[in-house]
Amino acid sequence: MESFLSRFKNPLVLIALLLAQTIGLATQVRRVADASRPDAEEVRLLRLWVDAVISPFERVLTYSGQAIRAASERYAGFRRVQEDNVALKQQVDQLKLERAALADDAVQTQKLRALLDFRQGYLQKTVAAQVIGTSGSDQSRLLILDKGAKDGLRPGMPVITPDGVVGKLRDVFGSTSQLLLLSDATSGAGVVLETTRIRAIVKGSATGKLEILNLTPDLRIKVGDRVLTSGGDQVYPRGIAVGTIESVAPDPERLQYTKIVVKPAAKLDQLETVLVVVDMSDHLDPKSEEELLKESQIHAADESKLPSLHEGNGDEPVSATDAAMPPPDNSRDLVPKTKPVLHPDKYTMGTVPAASDLVPGGGKSVEQSVPVGKPGAPK
Amino acid sequence: MPDHSYTSRRELEEYRFSAVVTVGVPLVLLGVQRYLPKIFPQTLILDLPLLAVIFFAVARRNPIAGALTGTVIGLVQDAATGLPIGINGMAKAVIGYVGSSIGVQVDVESLLTRVVIIFGSLLAQSGMLGLIHHVLLGEPGFHVLWLHELLRAVVNTVVAIPLFWFLDRFKQRA
Repeated sequence: MESFLSRFKNPLVLIALLLAQTIGLATQVRRVADASRPDAEEVRLLRLWVDAVISPFERVLTYSGQAIRAASERYAGFRRVQEDNVALKQQVDQLKLERAALADDAVQTQKLRALLDFRQGYLQKTVAAQVIGTSGSDQSRLLILDKGAKDGLRPGMPVITPDGVVGKLRDVFGSTSQLLLLSDATSGAGVVLETTRIRAIVKGSATGKLEILNLTPDLRIKVGDRVLTSGGDQVYPRGIAVGTIESVAPDPERLQYTKIVVKPAAKLDQLETVLVVVDMSDHLDPKSEEELLKESQIHAADESKLPSLHEGNGDEPVSATDAAMPPPDNSRDLVPKTKPVLHPDKYTMGTVPAASDLVPGGGKSVEQSVPVGKPGAPK
Repeated sequence: MPDHSYTSRRELEEYRFSAVVTVGVPLVLLGVQRYLPKIFPQTLILDLPLLAVIFFAVARRNPIAGALTGTVIGLVQDAATGLPIGINGMAKAVIGYVGSSIGVQVDVESLLTRVVIIFGSLLAQSGMLGLIHHVLLGEPGFHVLWLHELLRAVVNTVVAIPLFWFLDRFKQRA
Protein backbone atom coordinates (compact mmCIF):
# COMPACT_ATOMS: atom_id res chain seq x y z
CA MET A 1 0.00 0.00 0.00
CA GLU A 2 2.77 2.37 0.99
CA SER A 3 4.67 1.63 -2.21
CA PHE A 4 1.48 2.26 -4.22
CA LEU A 5 1.00 5.64 -2.57
CA SER A 6 4.62 6.65 -3.02
CA ARG A 7 4.66 5.38 -6.59
CA PHE A 8 1.48 7.19 -7.64
CA LYS A 9 1.88 10.13 -5.29
CA ASN A 10 1.84 12.74 -8.07
CA PRO A 11 -1.28 11.62 -9.95
CA LEU A 12 -3.07 10.94 -6.65
CA VAL A 13 -2.46 14.51 -5.52
CA LEU A 14 -3.75 15.80 -8.84
CA ILE A 15 -6.85 13.62 -8.61
CA ALA A 16 -7.49 14.78 -5.06
CA LEU A 17 -7.21 18.43 -6.14
CA LEU A 18 -9.56 17.92 -9.06
CA LEU A 19 -12.04 15.96 -6.97
CA ALA A 20 -12.14 18.62 -4.26
CA GLN A 21 -12.80 21.32 -6.84
CA THR A 22 -15.44 19.24 -8.60
CA ILE A 23 -17.31 18.88 -5.32
CA GLY A 24 -16.91 22.60 -4.74
CA LEU A 25 -18.30 23.35 -8.19
CA ALA A 26 -21.21 20.99 -7.66
CA THR A 27 -22.23 22.70 -4.43
CA GLN A 28 -22.09 26.12 -6.10
CA VAL A 29 -24.11 25.03 -9.11
CA ARG A 30 -26.75 23.31 -6.96
CA ARG A 31 -27.24 26.44 -4.87
CA VAL A 32 -30.48 28.25 -5.66
CA ALA A 33 -29.74 31.58 -7.35
CA ASP A 34 -30.62 34.66 -5.34
CA ALA A 35 -30.07 38.15 -6.76
CA SER A 36 -29.32 39.65 -3.36
CA ARG A 37 -26.80 36.90 -2.50
CA PRO A 38 -25.29 35.53 -5.71
CA ASP A 39 -22.71 33.42 -3.85
CA ALA A 40 -22.55 31.23 -0.78
CA GLU A 41 -20.87 32.86 2.22
CA GLU A 42 -17.60 30.94 1.77
CA VAL A 43 -17.37 31.78 -1.92
CA ARG A 44 -18.22 35.41 -1.25
CA LEU A 45 -15.48 35.49 1.35
CA LEU A 46 -12.94 34.18 -1.14
CA ARG A 47 -14.01 36.78 -3.68
CA LEU A 48 -13.81 39.46 -1.02
CA TRP A 49 -10.24 38.48 -0.08
CA VAL A 50 -9.08 38.45 -3.67
CA ASP A 51 -10.77 41.77 -4.27
CA ALA A 52 -9.17 43.23 -1.14
CA VAL A 53 -5.72 42.21 -2.40
CA ILE A 54 -6.10 43.27 -6.03
CA SER A 55 -8.40 46.28 -6.00
CA PRO A 56 -5.95 48.66 -4.23
CA PHE A 57 -3.49 47.90 -7.01
CA GLU A 58 -6.19 48.68 -9.56
CA ARG A 59 -7.14 51.88 -7.77
CA VAL A 60 -3.54 53.08 -7.82
CA LEU A 61 -3.24 52.27 -11.52
CA THR A 62 -6.56 53.92 -12.34
CA TYR A 63 -5.96 57.11 -10.39
CA SER A 64 -2.33 57.49 -11.42
CA GLY A 65 -3.33 56.83 -15.02
CA GLN A 66 -5.93 59.56 -14.75
CA ALA A 67 -3.45 61.94 -13.17
CA ILE A 68 -0.90 61.33 -15.92
CA ARG A 69 -3.55 61.71 -18.59
CA ALA A 70 -4.85 64.92 -17.02
CA ALA A 71 -1.34 66.38 -16.74
CA SER A 72 -0.47 65.54 -20.32
CA GLU A 73 -3.79 66.88 -21.54
CA ARG A 74 -3.21 70.11 -19.60
CA TYR A 75 0.22 70.54 -21.15
CA ALA A 76 -0.99 69.73 -24.62
CA GLY A 77 -3.99 71.96 -24.05
CA PHE A 78 -1.80 74.90 -23.12
CA ARG A 79 0.11 74.57 -26.38
CA ARG A 80 -3.07 74.35 -28.34
CA VAL A 81 -4.65 77.38 -26.71
CA GLN A 82 -2.91 79.96 -28.89
CA GLU A 83 -3.67 78.13 -32.13
CA ASP A 84 -7.21 77.55 -30.98
CA ASN A 85 -7.64 81.21 -30.16
CA VAL A 86 -7.10 82.27 -33.76
CA ALA A 87 -9.32 79.52 -35.06
CA LEU A 88 -12.03 80.32 -32.52
CA LYS A 89 -12.21 83.95 -33.58
CA GLN A 90 -12.98 82.80 -37.09
CA GLN A 91 -15.48 80.32 -35.75
CA VAL A 92 -17.29 83.01 -33.76
CA ASP A 93 -18.05 84.89 -36.95
CA GLN A 94 -19.27 81.72 -38.56
CA LEU A 95 -21.36 80.79 -35.55
CA LYS A 96 -23.10 84.14 -35.52
CA LEU A 97 -24.43 83.32 -38.94
CA GLU A 98 -25.48 79.84 -37.89
CA ARG A 99 -27.15 80.96 -34.67
CA ALA A 100 -30.33 81.98 -36.38
CA ALA A 101 -30.65 78.60 -38.04
CA LEU A 102 -30.18 76.85 -34.73
CA ALA A 103 -33.06 78.61 -33.03
CA ASP A 104 -35.48 75.88 -34.09
CA ASP A 105 -33.15 73.20 -32.82
CA ALA A 106 -33.03 74.94 -29.46
CA VAL A 107 -36.76 74.53 -29.07
CA GLN A 108 -36.39 70.85 -29.83
CA THR A 109 -33.59 70.56 -27.29
CA GLN A 110 -35.81 72.05 -24.60
CA LYS A 111 -38.37 69.35 -25.28
CA LEU A 112 -35.72 66.66 -25.09
CA ARG A 113 -34.45 68.07 -21.83
CA ALA A 114 -37.93 67.91 -20.41
CA LEU A 115 -38.07 64.29 -21.46
CA LEU A 116 -34.76 63.65 -19.75
CA ASP A 117 -36.00 65.30 -16.57
CA PHE A 118 -39.08 63.11 -16.79
CA ARG A 119 -36.93 60.02 -17.07
CA GLN A 120 -34.80 61.11 -14.18
CA GLY A 121 -37.97 61.34 -12.17
CA TYR A 122 -38.15 57.56 -12.10
CA LEU A 123 -34.54 57.26 -11.03
CA GLN A 124 -34.88 58.77 -7.61
CA LYS A 125 -31.22 58.44 -6.70
CA THR A 126 -28.12 57.38 -8.55
CA VAL A 127 -24.53 57.02 -7.43
CA ALA A 128 -21.72 57.68 -9.91
CA ALA A 129 -19.00 55.04 -9.78
CA GLN A 130 -15.75 54.64 -11.61
CA VAL A 131 -14.62 51.47 -13.33
CA ILE A 132 -11.28 50.43 -11.85
CA GLY A 133 -10.85 46.98 -13.33
CA THR A 134 -12.30 44.03 -15.19
CA SER A 135 -12.62 40.31 -14.55
CA GLY A 136 -9.62 39.83 -16.82
CA SER A 137 -11.38 37.01 -18.61
CA ASP A 138 -13.65 36.89 -21.63
CA GLN A 139 -15.54 34.03 -20.00
CA SER A 140 -16.93 36.46 -17.47
CA ARG A 141 -17.90 39.98 -18.54
CA LEU A 142 -17.60 41.72 -15.25
CA LEU A 143 -16.22 45.10 -14.17
CA ILE A 144 -14.95 46.30 -10.82
CA LEU A 145 -16.37 49.60 -9.49
CA ASP A 146 -14.75 51.87 -6.93
CA LYS A 147 -17.95 52.16 -4.86
CA GLY A 148 -19.37 49.55 -2.53
CA ALA A 149 -21.67 48.89 0.40
CA LYS A 150 -20.33 51.99 2.21
CA ASP A 151 -21.80 54.11 -0.58
CA GLY A 152 -25.20 52.48 -0.33
CA LEU A 153 -24.79 49.94 -3.11
CA ARG A 154 -26.50 46.56 -2.89
CA PRO A 155 -26.41 43.44 -5.09
CA GLY A 156 -28.93 43.48 -7.93
CA MET A 157 -29.01 47.26 -8.38
CA PRO A 158 -29.23 48.35 -12.03
CA VAL A 159 -26.33 50.22 -13.58
CA ILE A 160 -26.74 52.64 -16.48
CA THR A 161 -24.94 55.35 -18.41
CA PRO A 162 -26.46 58.29 -20.30
CA ASP A 163 -26.21 56.08 -23.41
CA GLY A 164 -28.17 53.15 -22.01
CA VAL A 165 -28.28 50.11 -19.78
CA VAL A 166 -24.97 48.60 -18.69
CA GLY A 167 -25.81 45.76 -16.32
CA LYS A 168 -26.43 45.14 -12.64
CA LEU A 169 -24.39 44.76 -9.49
CA ARG A 170 -23.37 41.23 -8.64
CA ASP A 171 -21.29 41.09 -5.47
CA VAL A 172 -20.92 44.22 -3.36
CA PHE A 173 -18.00 44.53 -0.97
CA GLY A 174 -17.12 47.32 1.45
CA SER A 175 -15.59 49.82 -0.93
CA THR A 176 -15.78 48.00 -4.26
CA SER A 177 -18.41 46.10 -6.18
CA GLN A 178 -18.72 43.79 -9.15
CA LEU A 179 -20.75 45.00 -12.12
CA LEU A 180 -22.09 42.14 -14.23
CA LEU A 181 -22.41 43.46 -17.76
CA LEU A 182 -25.54 42.83 -19.77
CA SER A 183 -23.32 41.10 -22.34
CA ASP A 184 -22.28 38.37 -19.87
CA ALA A 185 -23.62 34.93 -20.71
CA THR A 186 -25.51 34.83 -17.39
CA SER A 187 -27.12 38.27 -17.80
CA GLY A 188 -30.54 39.17 -19.16
CA ALA A 189 -33.16 41.91 -19.17
CA GLY A 190 -36.80 42.34 -20.07
CA VAL A 191 -37.06 44.53 -23.14
CA VAL A 192 -39.57 45.97 -25.56
CA LEU A 193 -38.98 46.74 -29.24
CA GLU A 194 -39.77 50.43 -29.60
CA THR A 195 -41.52 50.34 -32.97
CA THR A 196 -43.60 47.19 -32.64
CA ARG A 197 -43.96 47.17 -28.82
CA ILE A 198 -43.11 43.46 -28.86
CA ARG A 199 -41.83 42.31 -25.48
CA ALA A 200 -38.82 40.03 -25.31
CA ILE A 201 -35.84 38.99 -23.22
CA VAL A 202 -32.39 40.13 -24.20
CA LYS A 203 -29.52 37.94 -23.03
CA GLY A 204 -25.76 38.08 -23.12
CA SER A 205 -23.76 35.37 -24.83
CA ALA A 206 -20.38 33.67 -24.65
CA THR A 207 -19.17 35.92 -27.45
CA GLY A 208 -20.27 39.05 -25.59
CA LYS A 209 -23.11 39.90 -27.96
CA LEU A 210 -26.63 40.79 -26.85
CA GLU A 211 -29.19 38.40 -28.27
CA ILE A 212 -32.96 38.00 -28.29
CA LEU A 213 -33.81 34.35 -28.81
CA ASN A 214 -37.39 34.00 -27.59
CA LEU A 215 -39.25 35.55 -30.52
CA THR A 216 -40.82 33.79 -33.46
CA PRO A 217 -40.24 35.28 -36.94
CA ASP A 218 -42.04 38.59 -37.41
CA LEU A 219 -41.67 40.73 -40.52
CA ARG A 220 -42.29 43.88 -38.50
CA ILE A 221 -38.98 43.45 -36.68
CA LYS A 222 -36.42 45.41 -38.64
CA VAL A 223 -32.69 46.05 -38.39
CA GLY A 224 -32.11 49.40 -36.72
CA ASP A 225 -35.16 49.22 -34.43
CA ARG A 226 -34.48 50.53 -30.97
CA VAL A 227 -34.70 48.16 -28.00
CA LEU A 228 -35.73 49.59 -24.63
CA THR A 229 -36.07 48.14 -21.16
CA SER A 230 -39.64 47.05 -20.43
CA GLY A 231 -39.37 47.23 -16.66
CA GLY A 232 -40.99 43.81 -16.47
CA ASP A 233 -37.91 42.19 -14.97
CA GLN A 234 -38.20 44.29 -11.80
CA VAL A 235 -34.51 45.14 -12.11
CA TYR A 236 -34.05 47.80 -14.77
CA PRO A 237 -36.06 51.02 -14.92
CA ARG A 238 -38.53 51.18 -17.75
CA GLY A 239 -37.81 52.91 -21.06
CA ILE A 240 -34.01 53.00 -20.94
CA ALA A 241 -32.13 52.30 -24.16
CA VAL A 242 -30.65 48.83 -24.44
CA GLY A 243 -29.49 49.07 -28.04
CA THR A 244 -30.50 48.76 -31.66
CA ILE A 245 -31.21 45.63 -33.67
CA GLU A 246 -28.09 44.70 -35.62
CA SER A 247 -29.31 41.56 -37.38
CA VAL A 248 -32.38 39.35 -37.60
CA ALA A 249 -31.96 35.74 -38.74
CA PRO A 250 -33.43 32.31 -38.03
CA ASP A 251 -31.95 30.73 -34.92
CA PRO A 252 -29.76 27.88 -36.25
CA GLU A 253 -30.32 25.88 -33.05
CA ARG A 254 -34.11 26.38 -32.81
CA LEU A 255 -35.47 26.94 -36.28
CA GLN A 256 -38.94 28.09 -35.19
CA TYR A 257 -37.37 31.06 -33.40
CA THR A 258 -35.50 34.13 -34.57
CA LYS A 259 -32.03 35.11 -33.44
CA ILE A 260 -31.90 38.87 -33.06
CA VAL A 261 -28.52 40.43 -32.33
CA VAL A 262 -28.69 43.76 -30.52
CA LYS A 263 -25.91 46.32 -30.66
CA PRO A 264 -25.62 47.78 -27.15
CA ALA A 265 -26.44 51.47 -26.77
CA ALA A 266 -23.80 51.87 -24.06
CA LYS A 267 -20.18 51.22 -24.96
CA LEU A 268 -19.82 48.18 -22.75
CA ASP A 269 -16.14 47.65 -23.47
CA GLN A 270 -15.09 51.26 -22.91
CA LEU A 271 -16.83 52.24 -19.71
CA GLU A 272 -15.16 54.72 -17.39
CA THR A 273 -17.94 56.10 -15.22
CA VAL A 274 -21.35 54.56 -14.63
CA LEU A 275 -24.48 55.40 -12.65
CA VAL A 276 -25.79 52.90 -10.13
CA VAL A 277 -29.53 53.34 -9.58
CA VAL A 278 -29.79 53.06 -5.81
CA ASP A 279 -33.40 54.16 -5.55
CA MET A 280 -36.16 53.68 -8.05
CA SER A 281 -39.77 54.72 -7.84
CA ASP A 282 -42.91 53.63 -9.64
CA HIS A 283 -44.23 57.15 -9.35
CA LEU A 284 -42.85 60.43 -10.52
CA ASP A 285 -41.81 63.01 -7.99
CA PRO A 286 -44.24 66.00 -7.83
CA LYS A 287 -41.85 68.32 -9.67
CA SER A 288 -41.44 65.94 -12.59
CA GLU A 289 -45.16 65.23 -12.63
CA GLU A 290 -45.88 68.95 -12.88
CA GLU A 291 -43.35 69.30 -15.71
CA LEU A 292 -44.83 66.31 -17.50
CA LEU A 293 -48.29 67.86 -17.23
CA LYS A 294 -46.97 71.13 -18.59
CA GLU A 295 -45.29 69.26 -21.44
CA SER A 296 -48.47 67.39 -22.32
CA GLN A 297 -50.45 70.68 -22.34
CA ILE A 298 -47.93 72.21 -24.72
CA HIS A 299 -48.15 69.07 -26.84
CA ALA A 300 -51.95 69.28 -26.90
CA ALA A 301 -51.79 72.94 -27.86
CA ASP A 302 -49.39 72.10 -30.68
CA GLU A 303 -51.71 69.40 -31.95
CA SER A 304 -54.71 71.72 -31.97
CA LYS A 305 -52.77 74.02 -34.30
CA LEU A 306 -52.20 71.22 -36.79
CA PRO A 307 -54.71 70.82 -39.65
CA SER A 308 -57.18 68.06 -38.85
CA LEU A 309 -57.59 65.04 -41.08
CA HIS A 310 -61.26 65.85 -41.75
CA GLU A 311 -60.86 69.56 -41.72
CA GLY A 312 -62.33 70.65 -45.01
CA ASN A 313 -64.51 73.52 -46.12
CA GLY A 314 -67.00 72.73 -43.39
CA ASP A 315 -70.01 71.87 -45.54
CA GLU A 316 -69.13 68.22 -46.14
CA PRO A 317 -71.49 65.63 -44.55
CA VAL A 318 -70.12 63.12 -42.11
CA SER A 319 -69.23 60.11 -44.20
CA ALA A 320 -69.73 56.41 -43.44
CA THR A 321 -65.97 56.15 -42.85
CA ASP A 322 -66.26 58.45 -39.86
CA ALA A 323 -69.01 56.28 -38.45
CA ALA A 324 -66.80 53.25 -38.78
CA MET A 325 -63.86 54.86 -36.98
CA PRO A 326 -62.29 52.38 -34.53
CA PRO A 327 -63.56 52.79 -30.99
CA PRO A 328 -61.11 53.79 -28.27
CA ASP A 329 -58.94 51.14 -26.61
CA ASN A 330 -60.60 48.93 -23.99
CA SER A 331 -64.01 49.81 -25.45
CA ARG A 332 -66.64 47.06 -25.53
CA ASP A 333 -67.21 47.96 -29.18
CA LEU A 334 -63.63 47.14 -30.08
CA VAL A 335 -64.73 44.29 -32.37
CA PRO A 336 -66.37 45.94 -35.41
CA LYS A 337 -69.95 44.98 -36.15
CA THR A 338 -70.83 43.39 -39.48
CA LYS A 339 -72.30 45.88 -41.92
CA PRO A 340 -75.68 45.05 -43.56
CA VAL A 341 -75.29 43.03 -46.74
CA LEU A 342 -76.34 44.78 -49.93
CA HIS A 343 -76.40 41.78 -52.29
CA PRO A 344 -76.74 38.52 -50.33
CA ASP A 345 -75.76 35.29 -52.02
CA LYS A 346 -74.93 31.72 -51.03
CA TYR A 347 -71.63 32.86 -49.50
CA THR A 348 -73.19 35.46 -47.23
CA MET A 349 -72.92 34.65 -43.53
CA GLY A 350 -76.16 33.29 -42.07
CA THR A 351 -77.69 32.42 -45.42
CA VAL A 352 -76.65 28.76 -45.46
CA PRO A 353 -78.96 26.55 -43.36
CA ALA A 354 -77.49 24.44 -40.58
CA ALA A 355 -76.35 20.93 -41.51
CA SER A 356 -79.17 19.47 -39.39
CA ASP A 357 -81.76 21.24 -41.53
CA LEU A 358 -80.47 19.79 -44.78
CA VAL A 359 -82.21 16.70 -46.23
CA PRO A 360 -80.23 14.42 -48.54
CA GLY A 361 -81.65 14.86 -52.03
CA GLY A 362 -84.18 17.28 -50.59
CA GLY A 363 -85.45 20.27 -52.45
CA LYS A 364 -84.22 22.82 -49.86
CA SER A 365 -81.33 24.07 -51.87
CA VAL A 366 -78.87 26.67 -50.81
CA GLU A 367 -80.17 29.06 -53.41
CA GLN A 368 -83.64 28.76 -51.90
CA SER A 369 -82.37 29.71 -48.53
CA VAL A 370 -81.17 33.12 -49.66
CA PRO A 371 -83.41 35.51 -47.80
CA VAL A 372 -85.26 37.95 -49.92
CA GLY A 373 -86.23 41.34 -48.78
CA LYS A 374 -83.60 41.69 -46.11
CA PRO A 375 -82.83 45.23 -45.12
CA GLY A 376 -80.65 46.79 -47.70
CA ALA A 377 -81.25 44.11 -50.34
CA PRO A 378 -82.37 45.24 -53.78
CA LYS A 379 -86.00 44.57 -54.58
CA MET B 1 35.56 13.99 -7.04
CA PRO B 2 32.77 16.44 -6.29
CA ASP B 3 30.89 16.33 -3.01
CA HIS B 4 27.61 15.73 -4.78
CA SER B 5 26.48 14.97 -8.31
CA TYR B 6 23.38 15.60 -10.37
CA THR B 7 21.74 12.38 -11.40
CA SER B 8 18.91 13.61 -13.61
CA ARG B 9 17.74 16.57 -15.70
CA ARG B 10 15.32 17.35 -12.91
CA GLU B 11 18.09 17.69 -10.35
CA LEU B 12 20.25 19.54 -12.87
CA GLU B 13 17.66 22.17 -13.79
CA GLU B 14 15.29 22.37 -10.83
CA TYR B 15 14.74 25.94 -9.72
CA ARG B 16 13.13 27.65 -6.80
CA PHE B 17 11.89 31.15 -6.26
CA SER B 18 11.82 33.55 -3.33
CA ALA B 19 8.50 33.91 -1.51
CA VAL B 20 8.11 37.44 -2.81
CA VAL B 21 8.43 36.27 -6.41
CA THR B 22 6.22 33.22 -5.84
CA VAL B 23 3.36 35.32 -4.48
CA GLY B 24 4.09 38.66 -6.13
CA VAL B 25 4.48 37.65 -9.78
CA PRO B 26 1.13 35.84 -10.09
CA LEU B 27 -0.62 38.65 -8.21
CA VAL B 28 0.91 41.35 -10.41
CA LEU B 29 0.06 39.38 -13.53
CA LEU B 30 -3.49 38.88 -12.28
CA GLY B 31 -3.76 42.60 -11.48
CA VAL B 32 -2.47 43.54 -14.93
CA GLN B 33 -4.85 41.01 -16.46
CA ARG B 34 -7.76 42.71 -14.70
CA TYR B 35 -6.67 46.26 -15.39
CA LEU B 36 -5.43 46.10 -18.98
CA PRO B 37 -8.80 45.29 -20.68
CA LYS B 38 -10.22 48.46 -19.12
CA ILE B 39 -7.95 50.48 -21.41
CA PHE B 40 -7.52 48.00 -24.25
CA PRO B 41 -10.54 45.67 -24.42
CA GLN B 42 -8.74 43.47 -26.93
CA THR B 43 -6.32 42.33 -24.21
CA LEU B 44 -9.07 40.11 -22.80
CA ILE B 45 -7.56 37.54 -25.11
CA LEU B 46 -4.51 37.34 -22.84
CA ASP B 47 -4.27 34.78 -20.06
CA LEU B 48 -1.38 36.05 -17.96
CA PRO B 49 -2.26 33.87 -14.93
CA LEU B 50 -1.90 30.79 -17.14
CA LEU B 51 1.50 32.01 -18.30
CA ALA B 52 2.50 32.33 -14.63
CA VAL B 53 1.35 28.75 -14.02
CA ILE B 54 3.35 27.42 -16.97
CA PHE B 55 6.46 29.36 -16.02
CA PHE B 56 6.53 28.25 -12.38
CA ALA B 57 5.48 24.68 -13.15
CA VAL B 58 8.09 24.15 -15.81
CA ALA B 59 10.85 25.82 -13.77
CA ARG B 60 10.15 23.86 -10.58
CA ARG B 61 9.86 20.52 -12.39
CA ASN B 62 7.78 19.11 -9.59
CA PRO B 63 4.33 17.86 -10.66
CA ILE B 64 2.78 18.28 -7.22
CA ALA B 65 4.12 21.83 -6.92
CA GLY B 66 2.93 22.49 -10.47
CA ALA B 67 -0.58 21.21 -9.75
CA LEU B 68 -0.78 23.20 -6.51
CA THR B 69 0.47 26.37 -8.21
CA GLY B 70 -2.09 25.91 -10.97
CA THR B 71 -4.88 25.30 -8.48
CA VAL B 72 -4.12 28.33 -6.35
CA ILE B 73 -3.67 30.73 -9.28
CA GLY B 74 -6.77 29.32 -10.98
CA LEU B 75 -8.90 29.67 -7.85
CA VAL B 76 -7.75 33.25 -7.34
CA GLN B 77 -8.55 33.97 -10.98
CA ASP B 78 -12.02 32.45 -10.54
CA ALA B 79 -12.59 34.51 -7.42
CA ALA B 80 -11.78 37.65 -9.39
CA THR B 81 -14.49 36.83 -11.93
CA GLY B 82 -18.17 36.06 -11.62
CA LEU B 83 -17.56 32.43 -12.55
CA PRO B 84 -18.12 29.55 -10.13
CA ILE B 85 -14.95 28.92 -8.13
CA GLY B 86 -13.01 25.97 -9.49
CA ILE B 87 -13.37 26.28 -13.26
CA ASN B 88 -9.95 27.78 -13.84
CA GLY B 89 -8.64 26.04 -10.72
CA MET B 90 -9.19 22.62 -12.28
CA ALA B 91 -7.96 23.52 -15.73
CA LYS B 92 -4.82 25.20 -14.45
CA ALA B 93 -4.09 22.38 -11.99
CA VAL B 94 -3.87 19.99 -14.92
CA ILE B 95 -1.76 22.44 -16.93
CA GLY B 96 0.61 22.89 -13.98
CA TYR B 97 0.89 19.14 -13.47
CA VAL B 98 1.51 18.36 -17.14
CA GLY B 99 3.89 21.32 -17.53
CA SER B 100 6.02 20.11 -14.62
CA SER B 101 5.97 16.54 -15.89
CA ILE B 102 7.16 17.66 -19.32
CA GLY B 103 9.81 19.81 -17.67
CA VAL B 104 11.29 16.69 -16.12
CA GLN B 105 11.58 14.96 -19.48
CA VAL B 106 12.76 17.59 -21.93
CA ASP B 107 14.95 20.67 -22.11
CA VAL B 108 12.52 23.46 -21.47
CA GLU B 109 15.09 26.21 -21.72
CA SER B 110 15.15 26.18 -25.50
CA LEU B 111 12.93 28.64 -27.31
CA LEU B 112 11.26 26.03 -29.50
CA THR B 113 10.29 23.83 -26.56
CA ARG B 114 8.88 26.81 -24.73
CA VAL B 115 6.80 27.84 -27.71
CA VAL B 116 5.42 24.33 -28.09
CA ILE B 117 4.62 23.98 -24.37
CA ILE B 118 2.92 27.37 -24.11
CA PHE B 119 0.95 26.96 -27.33
CA GLY B 120 -0.11 23.43 -26.41
CA SER B 121 -1.04 24.43 -22.86
CA LEU B 122 -3.30 27.22 -24.07
CA LEU B 123 -5.16 24.96 -26.47
CA ALA B 124 -5.38 22.25 -23.82
CA GLN B 125 -6.82 24.74 -21.34
CA SER B 126 -9.44 25.89 -23.88
CA GLY B 127 -10.47 22.28 -24.40
CA MET B 128 -10.65 21.63 -20.67
CA LEU B 129 -12.69 24.76 -20.02
CA GLY B 130 -15.11 23.69 -22.73
CA LEU B 131 -15.35 20.27 -21.13
CA ILE B 132 -15.94 21.70 -17.66
CA HIS B 133 -18.68 24.03 -18.93
CA HIS B 134 -20.33 21.27 -20.95
CA VAL B 135 -20.02 18.28 -18.65
CA LEU B 136 -19.71 19.62 -15.11
CA LEU B 137 -21.76 22.81 -15.37
CA GLY B 138 -24.24 21.42 -17.88
CA GLU B 139 -24.15 24.39 -20.24
CA PRO B 140 -25.01 22.91 -23.65
CA GLY B 141 -24.98 26.38 -25.19
CA PHE B 142 -21.31 26.87 -24.36
CA HIS B 143 -19.22 26.46 -27.49
CA VAL B 144 -15.47 26.58 -27.80
CA LEU B 145 -14.69 28.87 -30.71
CA TRP B 146 -11.58 27.10 -31.90
CA LEU B 147 -10.45 29.78 -34.31
CA HIS B 148 -10.58 32.31 -31.50
CA GLU B 149 -8.77 29.89 -29.19
CA LEU B 150 -6.10 29.38 -31.82
CA LEU B 151 -5.63 33.14 -32.03
CA ARG B 152 -5.51 33.29 -28.24
CA ALA B 153 -2.78 30.64 -28.19
CA VAL B 154 -0.71 32.53 -30.76
CA VAL B 155 -1.05 35.90 -29.00
CA ASN B 156 -0.24 34.48 -25.57
CA THR B 157 2.76 32.60 -26.91
CA VAL B 158 4.11 35.81 -28.41
CA VAL B 159 3.62 37.60 -25.08
CA ALA B 160 5.05 34.69 -23.07
CA ILE B 161 8.46 34.58 -24.73
CA PRO B 162 9.70 37.99 -23.50
CA LEU B 163 7.81 37.55 -20.22
CA PHE B 164 9.55 34.24 -19.49
CA TRP B 165 12.87 35.74 -20.47
CA PHE B 166 12.27 38.49 -17.91
CA LEU B 167 11.09 36.09 -15.21
CA ASP B 168 14.12 33.84 -15.77
CA ARG B 169 16.11 36.45 -13.83
CA PHE B 170 14.30 35.55 -10.63
CA LYS B 171 15.23 31.86 -10.82
CA GLN B 172 17.41 30.42 -8.09
CA ARG B 173 19.01 26.99 -8.46
CA ALA B 174 17.46 24.57 -5.98
